[in-house]
Amino acid sequence: MSLQQPTERLRLSGITKEYPGCLANDAIDLVVLPGETHALLGENGAGKSTLMKIIYGVVRPDAGTITWQGEKVQISGPAHARQLGVGMVFQHFSLFETLTVAENIALSLPAEESRDMEALSRRIREISEHYGMALDPDRHVHTLSVGAQQRVEIVRCLLQDIRLLILDEPTSVLTPQEVRELFRTLKTLAAEGVSILFISHKLDEVTELCNAATVLRNGKVTGNCNPQDVTSEDLARMMVGDDTPLNQNYQKAQGGNTALQIKALNFRPEDPFGVTIEGLNLEVKAGEILGIAGVAGNGQDELCALLSGEEMSAAGEINLLGNNISRLLPEARRKLGFAFVPEERLGRGAVPNMSLVDNALLSASHRGLKKNGWINYGKVRDYALQVIDKYNVKCANEDAQAKSLSGGNLQKFIIGREIEQKPKLLVCSHPTWGVDIGAAILIRHALINLRDEGSAIVVVSEDIDELYQISDRIGAICDGKLSPVRPTNEVGIETLGQWMAGQFSNGGEAAHA
Amino acid sequence: MDIDLITNVLYATLKTGTPLILIALGEMVAEKSGVLNLGQEGMLLVGAAVGFIVASLTGNYFLAAFCAIFAGMMMSLVFGFLSITLAANQVATGLALTIFGAGLSAFLGNNYIGIGLEGIGIWEIPLLSDIPVIGKVLFQHDPLVYLTIILFAVVYWVFRSTRLGLKIRAVGENPEAANAIGIHVHQIRYMAVLFGGAMTGLAGAYLSLVYTPMWSDGMSAGRGWIALALVVFASWKAERILLGAYLFGFASIMHLVLQGTKFEVAPNIMAMLPYVATIIVLVWLSSDAIKTKMSAPKSIGQPYRPMS
Repeated sequence: MSLQQPTERLRLSGITKEYPGCLANDAIDLVVLPGETHALLGENGAGKSTLMKIIYGVVRPDAGTITWQGEKVQISGPAHARQLGVGMVFQHFSLFETLTVAENIALSLPAEESRDMEALSRRIREISEHYGMALDPDRHVHTLSVGAQQRVEIVRCLLQDIRLLILDEPTSVLTPQEVRELFRTLKTLAAEGVSILFISHKLDEVTELCNAATVLRNGKVTGNCNPQDVTSEDLARMMVGDDTPLNQNYQKAQGGNTALQIKALNFRPEDPFGVTIEGLNLEVKAGEILGIAGVAGNGQDELCALLSGEEMSAAGEINLLGNNISRLLPEARRKLGFAFVPEERLGRGAVPNMSLVDNALLSASHRGLKKNGWINYGKVRDYALQVIDKYNVKCANEDAQAKSLSGGNLQKFIIGREIEQKPKLLVCSHPTWGVDIGAAILIRHALINLRDEGSAIVVVSEDIDELYQISDRIGAICDGKLSPVRPTNEVGIETLGQWMAGQFSNGGEAAHA
Repeated sequence: MDIDLITNVLYATLKTGTPLILIALGEMVAEKSGVLNLGQEGMLLVGAAVGFIVASLTGNYFLAAFCAIFAGMMMSLVFGFLSITLAANQVATGLALTIFGAGLSAFLGNNYIGIGLEGIGIWEIPLLSDIPVIGKVLFQHDPLVYLTIILFAVVYWVFRSTRLGLKIRAVGENPEAANAIGIHVHQIRYMAVLFGGAMTGLAGAYLSLVYTPMWSDGMSAGRGWIALALVVFASWKAERILLGAYLFGFASIMHLVLQGTKFEVAPNIMAMLPYVATIIVLVWLSSDAIKTKMSAPKSIGQPYRPMS
């Protein structure tokens, strides 16, 4: 029996969770108050996601207690968590693409509330309007933009009597405008007394939105603070811990001769959910980094596949140093000096079950690693070791399977493997996605060095800060169309956001909103 | 062709299509939940053997059909335990089930080869069965033909407008997400697989009690496989399964009818007709790539392991 009203919404004490070979959470304490927007910060692998999953009942802790509004609880599963009033918006949405918005939401509600689909549709409209998130209940989820899909997830949580909303890196997939809309919604919720747990890598968002923060490192709590009282640099320092340089300003480069020229590229994908590319023109100079921003699923994958040769364009030209490569297979393109870092590391960038040595051979074989069709394994091994050493790849040894490496380390290996081939043109898709701060700095540095050696680089990314940091010219892709491309310091964040949302005319001038 | 022949052909079409509909509907439900059970042929044979044995021992057809359903469910329970709980490869497990079922049914039915059975009689629907032609084609059947159409309607309705149907689709599309919103993935998959087993068991009973009331080794004649293909070509839609199965039945009958006429085509070519006709029609129907993708269960064949 508690004598006083509980003032805390959630208290975790001593939460511990161990996975084979990794202590994900080590005696974590965390308190969330009603109406508080609480940031959870930490690098990749710090244990944030595991902790959230424990609160949401997806993962069970090995030790520790959870106290919910003053009462000790054992959360038996997501259904139980939702019953308590906990909602979670996952980083990778947990929506069913072939169902409608209303059907998706109906599934997460108790049966008696979802029986009358018309009443439910009305409630969805009401709630989404109340919180400023337009949503059509009858649309199929696969036809929605990523931002709209996230709104479905949030509305799904809000239809219940929600007390705590967990958001796992909610802004990583949104345009700047969408981020602002999301923040407005979250502030309304907080004002109504809902607690919010907010996971993000983006520290300026945390300082804007949150009034409490807990920093995790290697599964332990390393600091608590109020983000309103400290700077982004202080927060970053707490996360990284050591004296890693946090931010680097790179000189912008002008670039030299044209390395890559794309003329009137056309592509109609076979995949019904793919994006059609029409009349895309682009020019990239040697010695410059060209950044392409955009919300996922707007043609980035198609553009990269057309450049790498995994897909062939129906019409148009791709000129690499004067050779039309648009009809060449990937191998022939690589021989001409093309290199590619795909978005998916396992399965496309590297073969999960093969060793790093064999993975090194895969894309670098034409760099003197084989002779008359015979593989020179000595040289392959040296090449792999060179990459591992130079890019500080943490692995058991060069014979370790690719899938045994953490995401960041594998990404360093893949980027290193491509860069060390000294390509004339490097296309990188999301080079630092899901990579922690230290590795991201190393990767960006390597890209800048390659640029300074005279290579042309195309970086496709959803991380706008990164694009502003490293690209010399910047543009955005939306619905298979490319915005104008301008020198980075002439493009404001507002303009770029409009480009990402498709507000540009193909003539080249950006439309003013 | 005279009117009697047409009547008989249509009558036989309904009968021939019935076991295919039962198997394919059951398999469709299982596949919608993300489980591919290639053991249909094995379950069908065991259902047929068990149904026949019980009927010849007791003379009680109702009990026989019930036991065949139960046998099918037991077979699918074994499959479910291996492929759902133990997360074994569904393709390999399903093929093993087929081989096991063929062997088991041959063993069980060994002493019953060559025995005849009266078979389940016809239930004439009063009044309706007196209508000329239509009465004969639609309303003078054995009870299982009617039951199959009722079961079709139930399955159709479940996927069209019930929460259970939504749950099955959700589990088959994205089991991780389904788990995250509190759906018990394994429970739904077990239910779907057991339903599939029951339907196939019933189809087995139909073969050995109604269609050809006798037992012989391998009497299912590949119907389990045809039904499996039917599910895919029907784009996991119950109404197309119904159409495809009756079409297949119709073409099967026509090939027999045409052999009796002076129409001269090599009989082997004619025997291909049902397969070719069914595939062409269903491929044509499923040519809209987006709609097909919308109804295909995305996680089919992938075992789901809950996180600990």
